[in-house]
Amino acid sequence: MSYKPVIGLEVHVELKTKSKMFCGCSTDYFGKKPNTHVCPTCFGLPGALPTPNKIAIEWCIKIGLSLNCDIPLFSKFDRKNYFYPDLPKGYQISQYDLPFAHNGFVKLKTDENKTIRIRRVHMEEDTGKLIHGIVNGKKASLIDFNRSGVPLVEIVTEPDFESAEQVNEYLQKLQQIIRYLEVSDADMEKGQMRLEPNISLKKSHPEQREEYRDSSSVIRRPQNDIPTYKVEVKNINSFRFVEKAIHYETERQRKILEGGKTPVQETRGWDEKRQITFSQRIKEQEMDYRYFPEADIPPFRWTKSQISRLRSQIPEMPDKKLKRFNDDYSMSGYYSEILTRERKMAEFFEETVKIGKKYNINAKKIANTIINKKIDANSILPAALVQSIIKQSKKTVVDEEELKNIALEVFRKNPKAVDDYKKGKNQVIGFIIGMMKREIKKPVENNQLKEVIENLLKIQ
Amino acid sequence: MRIDISRISKLANLSLSDEEKGKFEKQLDETIEYIDKLKEIDTMTVDPTSQVTGLENITREDEVKPSLPQEKVLSNSKSTHNGLFKVAAILE
Ligand SMILES: [Zn+2]
Repeated sequence: MSYKPVIGLEVHVELKTKSKMFCGCSTDYFGKKPNTHVCPTCFGLPGALPTPNKIAIEWCIKIGLSLNCDIPLFSKFDRKNYFYPDLPKGYQISQYDLPFAHNGFVKLKTDENKTIRIRRVHMEEDTGKLIHGIVNGKKASLIDFNRSGVPLVEIVTEPDFESAEQVNEYLQKLQQIIRYLEVSDADMEKGQMRLEPNISLKKSHPEQREEYRDSSSVIRRPQNDIPTYKVEVKNINSFRFVEKAIHYETERQRKILEGGKTPVQETRGWDEKRQITFSQRIKEQEMDYRYFPEADIPPFRWTKSQISRLRSQIPEMPDKKLKRFNDDYSMSGYYSEILTRERKMAEFFEETVKIGKKYNINAKKIANTIINKKIDANSILPAALVQSIIKQSKKTVVDEEELKNIALEVFRKNPKAVDDYKKGKNQVIGFIIGMMKREIKKPVENNQLKEVIENLLKIQ
Repeated sequence: MRIDISRISKLANLSLSDEEKGKFEKQLDETIEYIDKLKEIDTMTVDPTSQVTGLENITREDEVKPSLPQEKVLSNSKSTHNGLFKVAAILE
């Protein structure tokens, strides 16, 4: 019997609003003295009244829109009740049955355009931070409430992933979208993006197609064998650890299933040192949170025009930009992908192209320069880059035909070098470049020579 | 309907003695009986209510206001350590 992973994902993203979700405390708490960004509201003192941050809600909806979600025109906050020392009120303000966004999807490139369904995108507040240590020789837990009440958006997928690789691609994409929207830096190391995969295994039936006819010719779909359990791995702060945790869990659960048992439904943690997951606590049933409407916060009712106004504020998203770059600048997908990875870089490139046009420098030349010279969009202005390209092009007056002839001559004189290169000794190209430079006797870019050599050797 | 008093006290983070458990179990059962009586009322045409103010879309601008000084935040706590609240170790 073989098994197939069934993976869903919950991602928490801390928004970079100036103030917290329900009070005016600053969210700039990272590395600051503990318990200095706290007020009666985010400290859960009786009688304090939470008032939602308008920008945080708008950003949550924009994330939903960018993930192709529907935005319900009526929404509200709920209380999620549980006791833990990092939660001073005894409940977290979250959203239960009416989140700000739901029913979206993300398309992956690999695996035949696999679609991951987004179940919901909701708004909540972060908790305080627990530090476990030893004080005066005794084990203790210490609490800092600076993070308590920071706006948090939770993005929940359906259990549509079938491999760690698909999860990884989705996460890269989600992080890119969040950064394009400029609603969070989604810095994993600072805990601004936290990942919780839930993993189980189902029996796979490779011999069965999507639909089949049974003995009485009735069309049937194969039994789904939906797993009866779910293992959640909590609070992972690196894409790589998620991949490792999924691989580890898949193997662990496979062994249990093969032994004729069912894995325990529970929450586990990832131990990077030992490269294993470990049991944290038996997963509480959903009803244990006793959700009920947050009576202190009136509900929300949007008009269609409010939602379309938010939609119109969303910048061009990475997928669309990539396609447009391919079309507008007739570039290879590889170039477009590098240039659209970050919104700042994409905008820098387009601004440089606009200026370059005045000097007859084409987009391809600019893309080449940015990528090959690893230009940092933060440290040079587009106009300055154009000037440096002009200067550079004055230097390399050697034309392509001439370079080709020189290269062919070097090849003829050094057949062994050519042979070595073809055997895969790529470092030999440095030697050939050196020999060519001796002939050219003018300042010329190594990259230009390298390109000529590689093109010629490919043809030969 | 019966009340599972052990589970409810656990969820509410309250430790009850056996005597208290018996007492509250009975009281909560009576409460539920009373609610059963309320259920006899026909509410088909009544919307559930969780809000009574009639307000909607109440938000604030994203502006930073001063927080409390650290001493004040910590002032009601019996046990602190280096500006942090200290509690008994929580086993992860
Ligand atoms: Zn506050």
